[in-house]
Amino acid sequence: MNQVPLQVNDVVKSFGGGWSASSVLPWRRNGASHGRRVVDHVSFEVRRGEIFGVIGANGSGKSTLIRIISTLLLADEGGVRVFGYDTVREATPVRALINRVSADPSFFRNMSAMENLLFFGRVYGLTAGDVKRRTPVILERLGLEWPRALEPMSHLSRGQQQKVAVARSFLTSPVLMLLDEPTTGLDPRSKRDVQSFVRDVQQSHDATILLTTHDMDEAELLCDRIAFLSGGRIVAGGSPLELRQMVADGRPLDSINMETVFMELTGRRVEDDEEPAEEGEEALIHG
Amino acid sequence: MVSIAMPRAPGTAGVLWAFIERQTNLWKRYWAWELVWLVYGAVNTLAVTFIARQVDSSGAAASIDVDRLVLFLLIGTLVWAYLSAVLDDISLVVQWERWEGTIEHTLMAPVRRSVHLAGMCVFGVLHAVVRTMLIFAIALAFFEVDLGQADWLAAATVLFVGSFAVAGLAVLAGVLPLLYPERGQQMSMMIQAFVLLVSGVYYEVDVLPAWLHPFAVISPATYILDGIRGAIIDGEGVAGVWREIAALAVFGALLLPASMATFAVAERWAKRTGRLKRQG
Repeated sequence: MNQVPLQVNDVVKSFGGGWSASSVLPWRRNGASHGRRVVDHVSFEVRRGEIFGVIGANGSGKSTLIRIISTLLLADEGGVRVFGYDTVREATPVRALINRVSADPSFFRNMSAMENLLFFGRVYGLTAGDVKRRTPVILERLGLEWPRALEPMSHLSRGQQQKVAVARSFLTSPVLMLLDEPTTGLDPRSKRDVQSFVRDVQQSHDATILLTTHDMDEAELLCDRIAFLSGGRIVAGGSPLELRQMVADGRPLDSINMETVFMELTGRRVEDDEEPAEEGEEALIHG
Repeated sequence: MVSIAMPRAPGTAGVLWAFIERQTNLWKRYWAWELVWLVYGAVNTLAVTFIARQVDSSGAAASIDVDRLVLFLLIGTLVWAYLSAVLDDISLVVQWERWEGTIEHTLMAPVRRSVHLAGMCVFGVLHAVVRTMLIFAIALAFFEVDLGQADWLAAATVLFVGSFAVAGLAVLAGVLPLLYPERGQQMSMMIQAFVLLVSGVYYEVDVLPAWLHPFAVISPATYILDGIRGAIIDGEGVAGVWREIAALAVFGALLLPASMATFAVAERWAKRTGRLKRQG
């Protein structure tokens, strides 16, 4: 098996291009779409064991990219490989290797955390015993008391729900983890708990992590390499140090923060939303 | 560095059980809704079956076998309670997860879609059996019916074989919310209503206008009702209702794979156009 965790090759995705036969025919791998382009010829490779950050404003195409890698969206052009497996033609082995945390925890609200984890563990091939043995350990490391796992999800705070979402993803021991703005909307303490857990797991379990965020401090704290996404295109990439060097122009590097780097390389602030989504696309395009 | 091994998809039995267990947990957590549907189903069964008693007390139709009419309507309402529960449970496969917001996490699990849908179908059938048995028990307290002639084996065989066809129909209905996130669920309810109209739930299909007869012929519910009425009212054995069983077997053999294939095409289209996540 190819040992490169993630290869994104010239991926293009547009929305709102109308119906085409290629959208349903299984033998047509790609299909050109003429709507609004959300991901525009994006290519990058993530190395084994690193945390690779994709930073961009709301609407820059981050979540669309994550969904394409997650096998939940089909690209119009280009392709994605996870450990050499094609995400379209070999979706099942890809799914067994990855897991994902999104900004929205997404659980069966009236079921308890444990019932949710039992279901999501079983569909990845874990037994009830595996889930019951691993869950308390993971939740404890995330700073969530075990008894809360027996309460309905709707009784938990947003931060606690997000911790359960992180636990759900790491429960299945994925070798490629997709973290799509995992700390958005969390209080500072929950944010620190999640960040420190991600760093611990990456170091102790040989996990490779793709992280999208618009939190510059988080990106700098966690990421080995970073790519800036703007208007659906990658406009710059490198380690945090290399990115600083790109814009230094004689200034001391420690006087340049990542926000400044982003602004100088993309021409916009990360807090600013990019072009608003068209009607009906709001739910699709978060990143 | 440890090399990454070829991943293995989880076993079929474990995944089937995952969906059955999840639906059972949801059923327990939404017990108040279950109670509502049970009461609604029981009241509907009683209300329709009392129409037969009205015929008896009015003396308007001396030639009508009222006991037979009671049993005819009782079976019709019970079978419909069963069919609608199966159709509801399975056709919500997409829509329910959209409401909860879990659809993307479920669809990105390393699970064959056929096994996912089969798990939903097994739960739907078991759930419908339990609910219908409860409604039947309640109805027996209100109506004195003679079931001495009933051939329960034949009735159960018709229901078992027919459930495959109904599951196929329900999966087809479940495709609609994938295609039409805003109106898909309403469209699948219209299919259910049409099946109710043309299948002879409360009357013989002969009373329908001629242009509706072809729809009665292609509705699996027509054969389930005919077969179960034949087995319970007329006491026909499996051999006596073989035509209905054969027809249902053909429907099941066609509808189940066709609905799975249709679901796969619709899922691909939803992934191409980005409609998986959209809220209805």
